[in-house]
Amino acid sequence: MTVITGTDLLLEATGISKSYGAVVALKNASLAVRPGEVHALMGANGAGKSTLVKILTGAVRPDGGTIAIHGRERVVHSPGEARRGGLVSVYQEPALIPDLDIRANLRLTETPIEPFRHWVRELGLETLSLSSVARQVPLASLRIIDLARALAIEPEVLMLDEMTAALPANLTERVLEVVGRQRGGERSIIFISHRMIEIAAVCDRATVLREGETVGVVDVGPGSEDRIVDLMLGQAVKGLHDRDDHPIATGDEWRAATPRLSARGLSAGTRLVDATFDLHQGEVLGVVALEGQGQDELFDILAGSEKPSGGDLVVDGKQVRFGHPADAIRAGVVYVAADRAEALLMQRSVRENIALPFRAPLPKWGPINIADERQKVSEAIGKLQIDTRAQREVRRLSGGNQQKVTIARWVAGSVRTMLCFDPTRGIDIRTKTQIYALLRDLANEGAAILLYTSELKEIQLACDRAIVIFGGRVVAELSAADADEPALLRAAYNLRSDAQMPELVAAEVVATESGSDAVAAVEEAMTPK
Amino acid sequence: MTAATASFEEPRTSRVDAVVGVLRRNAWALGLVVFFGLMLVFTRIIQPTYGVSGVQGLAIGVLPLAFAAAAQTVIVISGGIDLSIGSMMALTSVVAATSMKGQSEEFGVLVVALTLLLGIGLGAINGGLIVLTRVPDIIVTLAMSFVWAGAALLVLNVPGGGAALWLTDLVLGSLGNEWIPKAAVLLASLVAIIWLTVRHSRLGLWFYAIGSSHLAAFRSGVPVNRAKLFSYAVGGLFAALAGLSLTASTGNASPIPAPEHTLFSVAAVVLGGVSLAGGRGGLFGPIVAVFILSLLRTDLTFLKLNPSLATVAQGVILVAVVMFGTLVQFRRSRR
Repeated sequence: MTVITGTDLLLEATGISKSYGAVVALKNASLAVRPGEVHALMGANGAGKSTLVKILTGAVRPDGGTIAIHGRERVVHSPGEARRGGLVSVYQEPALIPDLDIRANLRLTETPIEPFRHWVRELGLETLSLSSVARQVPLASLRIIDLARALAIEPEVLMLDEMTAALPANLTERVLEVVGRQRGGERSIIFISHRMIEIAAVCDRATVLREGETVGVVDVGPGSEDRIVDLMLGQAVKGLHDRDDHPIATGDEWRAATPRLSARGLSAGTRLVDATFDLHQGEVLGVVALEGQGQDELFDILAGSEKPSGGDLVVDGKQVRFGHPADAIRAGVVYVAADRAEALLMQRSVRENIALPFRAPLPKWGPINIADERQKVSEAIGKLQIDTRAQREVRRLSGGNQQKVTIARWVAGSVRTMLCFDPTRGIDIRTKTQIYALLRDLANEGAAILLYTSELKEIQLACDRAIVIFGGRVVAELSAADADEPALLRAAYNLRSDAQMPELVAAEVVATESGSDAVAAVEEAMTPK
Repeated sequence: MTAATASFEEPRTSRVDAVVGVLRRNAWALGLVVFFGLMLVFTRIIQPTYGVSGVQGLAIGVLPLAFAAAAQTVIVISGGIDLSIGSMMALTSVVAATSMKGQSEEFGVLVVALTLLLGIGLGAINGGLIVLTRVPDIIVTLAMSFVWAGAALLVLNVPGGGAALWLTDLVLGSLGNEWIPKAAVLLASLVAIIWLTVRHSRLGLWFYAIGSSHLAAFRSGVPVNRAKLFSYAVGGLFAALAGLSLTASTGNASPIPAPEHTLFSVAAVVLGGVSLAGGRGGLFGPIVAVFILSLLRTDLTFLKLNPSLATVAQGVILVAVVMFGTLVQFRRSRR
């Protein structure tokens, strides 16, 4: 690492601290960004990443520390002020006003139209009407619009918080390509992502936070991934790639028994055409699909929140039709959503949230057995290692702990069949590892688990086998041993096995910055053959 | 959507599409206009003598209520609510009436201007308290409704005061054609001037933004606290206009706020297609809704319904219409 003087830095935050009552969010965080670099900000959930982002954008006032831009100290009071000072952020949830059209949203941030159009095209969103109301635009497009708007303002520092988290693969590639092209220019980018492959592809350096403190700055290059993970985890947990100790069930011992859940040609309009698969007791079955291949509809049908337009669903040998999530829960089929806000009562306590499914059906009249409930809830909290420091209100927990609460509520009620839809989205590695281990334990105890994940790496770590959905159909089934990332990606794109992988091509584009030829290569590889 | 934004080119939409879009976005308000027309016909059928004087009376009676509804609409669009509108009307009305009594016509102009400023101030105090104390708006404005009502009684403890002749002349009578009441023209022009100015300025954008999503507005750089305060101030301006039109139409003022004024404004907002959650709707719908609600009350009198029963009927009709509107919206979103 080279030593550089303060004036060379575009943005420098030193000794930032922030406490919320007794909870220390940041104690000694620092971040130094050079001009023209893409700088990763990394840390497990609860490490203080989001607090630092809020402080930099002026949403939260720090208790101590200084922020300097171009060597001059600044105090920022609001995102509007930060923007005028040259710092623009793109958040995890798009900051577009849902009831205004795109044009009015642009006016709100004083964004010039033509540069915006340019960036929207660059980012791969070809058809966009400026008169469409933000509420009616799909989420992935909103994120692209948010990014294009930020780029059009031409900020000195652009902060991207989990920008690629909800994007389909093709848009992710365009975003990474555009971000990569900013390197060496006037503009700096602070890039926050849980995906190591993206950090490796586009970032120059990475600042790692742990427990509210900056624990290291790493030059991104070959081998830096391990170093970052080590810094992020401290001594507490081993890296993911060391975790291959779980017994993957390889035999066919369960095949003889009746499947716990069996889908026969399930369909929902044009999105889901023919989903056919069996889910057995004691297994974790992975589901892999690109964005919008019908997996949302499949999970909604299985969880009872949507009615299928065709096909049969058999649970424990009995054909069922779910009209309401309560029907599914009664049949022992429970759902863990990616969006924690969908499942939790954010302003109620951890205990109440876990106990909710016991109470919701209220099968008997008379008082709730509080003692019994309390014991089951405590067991679940202990089993999932939920951090209960802030248990009075769930919304104050970190994202990872919130997700554990959504799982704990079903564990407390002794789970039979669990549907997990991207349960580890936006969650740090430590909590992810705990969640995989938990799913494995549940399966070993006889539960059946269906796990959709947007991170292909998770399949081999957590699943016994995987099915791949493409265009609303189950197109492939792989055993965990065969389900490495390239194989899954090929299956997910429904490509021939010898085709080049778009992600690899995209990485090359970024590495060589050789422009249009490589873009064409990506597009060629993207076209199903 | 607006003239100010139309200067940017939009290659994919033709003029026909634009017109269809405008119609579709304002479908609810246009439906209300049609409904109002049908009600006029119905009124004429049940009461053949209903004519010029009836329309005159309706317009004059509607004037204060329509301004009150406009006040509430601006605040609701910005994600708030104001339960002190009736009291602000009473306070501004008595202040204007006592100051104008026995004074010259020219002095009246000054009084009107100061009364409008007073309204802006009262609204700003409401908004400021909400922003500073972070107490929910419904509680702050309910509490302030007592403060303003008490202040009105301090100014004038029995109905009285006076109004400048030109002010009275502004709302009574007709303009050109006898079927066009001055009150309606005044209402349309004042609302258009104030609202179009606000709507096409940065302020209007802020109102819709904070009402639609407070967090997203904050992240977009909107000064959310200032915007909230301004929305109450604009609401206060409309409330002062409502108070002044009470004084103008009666020639004096009553310090006791009519309890239905505030509730009427909320009802008009809901019936006018403005989402109580904020961020959606405009001023046109609620104002048409005020005409409908007022005519409804007249019709129930013509039908010689027991007054108590008429009040019940009014509530039932309001609920039914709003439920119908929600159903239409629900079906459209399902499609």
